Amino acid sequence: MSDNQFDVVVIGAGPAGYPCAIRAAQNGLKVACIDEWKNADGSYAFGGTCLNAGCIPSKALLESSELYHRAQTEFAAHGLSATGLAFDVATMQKRKTQIVKASTQGIASLLKAAGVTALQGHGRLLSGNRVEYTAADGSKRELSARHVVLATGSAPMELKSVPFDCRAVVDSWGALEFTEVPKRLGVIGAGVIGLELGSVWRRLGAEVVVLEAMDQFLAMADQQLAKEALKHFRKLGLDIKLGAKVSGAEIGQDGVTLKYADQAGAKSVTVDKVVVAIGRRPYTRDLLGEGVAVELDERGFIKVDNECRTTTPDVWAVGDVVRGPMLAHKGKEEGVMVGDLIAGRVAEVNYAAVPSVIYTAPEIAWVGQTEEQVKASGRAYKTGSFPFMASGRARAMEAPAGFAKVISAIDDDTILGIHVIGPMAGELIAEAVLAMEYSASTEDLQRTMHAHPTLSEALHEAALAVDKRAIDYPNK
Amino acid sequence: MTIEVRVPQLPESVADATVVAWRKQPGDTVTRDENIVDLETDKVVLEVPAPAAGTIKELKVPSGATVTSGQLLAIIDAGDVAVAAATVAAKADSAVQTEAVGGAKLAPSVRRLVEEHHLQPTGIEGSGRDGRITKGDVLSHLSEKESSNAVPAAAAARPVASAVVPIGAPKGSRAERRVPMTRLRARIAERLIQAQSTAAMLTTFNEVDLSAVNDLRSRYKERFEKEHGVRLGFMSFFVKASIEALRRFPVINASVDGNDIVYHEYYDIGVAVSTDRGLVVPVLRDADGLGFGEIEKSVSAYANRAREGSLTLDELTGGTFTITNGGVFGSLLSTPILNMPQSAILGMHKIQERPVVVGGQIVVRPMMYLAMSYDHRIIDGKEAVQFLVAVKEALEDPARLLLQV
Repeated sequence: MSDNQFDVVVIGAGPAGYPCAIRAAQNGLKVACIDEWKNADGSYAFGGTCLNAGCIPSKALLESSELYHRAQTEFAAHGLSATGLAFDVATMQKRKTQIVKASTQGIASLLKAAGVTALQGHGRLLSGNRVEYTAADGSKRELSARHVVLATGSAPMELKSVPFDCRAVVDSWGALEFTEVPKRLGVIGAGVIGLELGSVWRRLGAEVVVLEAMDQFLAMADQQLAKEALKHFRKLGLDIKLGAKVSGAEIGQDGVTLKYADQAGAKSVTVDKVVVAIGRRPYTRDLLGEGVAVELDERGFIKVDNECRTTTPDVWAVGDVVRGPMLAHKGKEEGVMVGDLIAGRVAEVNYAAVPSVIYTAPEIAWVGQTEEQVKASGRAYKTGSFPFMASGRARAMEAPAGFAKVISAIDDDTILGIHVIGPMAGELIAEAVLAMEYSASTEDLQRTMHAHPTLSEALHEAALAVDKRAIDYPNK
Repeated sequence: MTIEVRVPQLPESVADATVVAWRKQPGDTVTRDENIVDLETDKVVLEVPAPAAGTIKELKVPSGATVTSGQLLAIIDAGDVAVAAATVAAKADSAVQTEAVGGAKLAPSVRRLVEEHHLQPTGIEGSGRDGRITKGDVLSHLSEKESSNAVPAAAAARPVASAVVPIGAPKGSRAERRVPMTRLRARIAERLIQAQSTAAMLTTFNEVDLSAVNDLRSRYKERFEKEHGVRLGFMSFFVKASIEALRRFPVINASVDGNDIVYHEYYDIGVAVSTDRGLVVPVLRDADGLGFGEIEKSVSAYANRAREGSLTLDELTGGTFTITNGGVFGSLLSTPILNMPQSAILGMHKIQERPVVVGGQIVVRPMMYLAMSYDHRIIDGKEAVQFLVAVKEALEDPARLLLQV
């Protein structure tokens, strides 16, 4: 094969694209991976939104801010005292930047080690499965590929009434880059991103108001969990207003005045910075050349079947640019599946067992159906829950908030959903996902030993509670 | 040296058999007497053992093929092949889901259920990942078993599913699964319809006070066990009482053949035994000549072998009268179906303490309902009722069994 001929060309090296490229290369294929992400300083970086402007940087800041917050609120209980506790945003941001850099360089070396030709620049699909690659210097190169995988991800949605100005009104990336703590922060959208970012700056002292247009808080989550979460976020100091529809913004001397309306009528609030976190839309700008028959759906996602094939033979699409939850791990599994399918191997993604995590404190995670979804399906069910307040480990960690909840089918005892709000929820949920992958029954979880004292016992006890056989908490 | 493996001689009443599952593939080693293939007939699943040690050279018929007595099944290359440790994990044969369980460990809930209900995991279809059995699979299997228990029939079916739950199918979806009946299940269905459409079947009821039987059992418990090496249960009493009644009403022991009534001058009593594959009815030949100890021993031995699946065809054929017991599962009253070509079947049920009137007083007695379904073509109501009364009286006053009055 010549320099421009490949078995697979992947456009996008984010959490869906780079695993696809690596898996395809592991399967012995000749792979090229094109990525155009540029940082504010103009440098290229692999890893997409996740590594550069999403998952990783947010986790770094969440960790730093939570540490500061816990020092302030929790030290006393431990008998620890610290005077003059202070923080420096510049150092915090420097640490974050270093973590991001290490991660993105890590991707570069992984791609290299796998033998993938990693190209930084723009990729555009042409008809006949050719890809036009435009390098940083503007030179173009035409690659031919037996298979092309589109993994261009998503971009933050813009609110027309409150457009980005990259100073006072920013998107999630901008909110991660603040060089100082805003005195007053307005967050539009109480979704996962809005809550995480709001938490970061609130812990560092900002006055945070969150304007959510929907009447229901975290509508996609189990409502028992959502209720508990709302209670804690309000306690943290996030002023969450539900049913608040933002109609416009005025940038003035005093800051940005957001105009919104809720049940009571028209209102307004003035803040120093606004983060618009109302969701993300699939990103396909300049991706599909003329004559390319790859179809998009009415919301702009690339249409694919359950094996991620597009409407054009040998063109695939994975990650945020296709249907389904916009989660890095969903994208990753899709990318890996495609890397295997192209090589003729058996692979699939189980969309029924995709975990969701919100990295706030308390942390929230779930997999499977919510109680509302089970109720709507009409299937008879039973539930059991266990509060972390009754967990010795959680109390030792001074993290007694929240609970674990298991929902099971009455007919055959299958686990329908597991929901956790509390310490390390995102880690605890892995057991639940595994259980659901093996169609485990509640009884299977009840009969599985869990180490003591750990947080994972909460799942064990919650499963027992389903049949009113919990040991470490009274059964109702 | 090559050895031929052929279909064993099938009994007269069995025309052919179906190859259900090849346990070995060409190239596999076998030890002498190791099972090579399962053949399914109308009554039982037969195992065909290797006549000598060697390596499987060729399989002559595919899975699902119909074979007759003596037909060539496979060829073995005999030889002193070092026996590899018997692999419990057979290759997963997608047509027969039972194989998949071979090596995969059972989930905790499944282990519990299997132990509690004395099940054979190989008989349960697995719908989980890689054919694993889920708790739901066992629960379905158990409910299927229960619904076929009141019917006396030969070894029942192991359902062979062709459908696998689709990947990512939403939970609670109302999809349908089409599973073809196994040969055994189809045959059972056929026989049931046949019984109902041939005989003029109806059921008569009575009840019996088992306090006298209980009394005897508790009084002679240890001595009986010491003497006969088996527990004194209820079945010996039921069999003895039935035979006494059959002596008095010979038509109950007869069968219809065309326009003739065939009176059998011998008493071959079928005793229904529940196994996880369903109800089987081994026959006690010349039961009138058996003592209580011999009856209990035979029934116990039959039960064990039935659960192992090692009853022979001969033991399951014939019989002039059948006794079935739904009480084991908690049935208080039922209407058993005839075990054709027999003309009557006696159903025993759950023994329950009830208040009854004896000598003008209300007392608590261990009562059991008796049901007898019979063929009205040759058995009239009067005989049926009187037969049942005779059984009842013999059970309520066991001395009558001794004195034959």
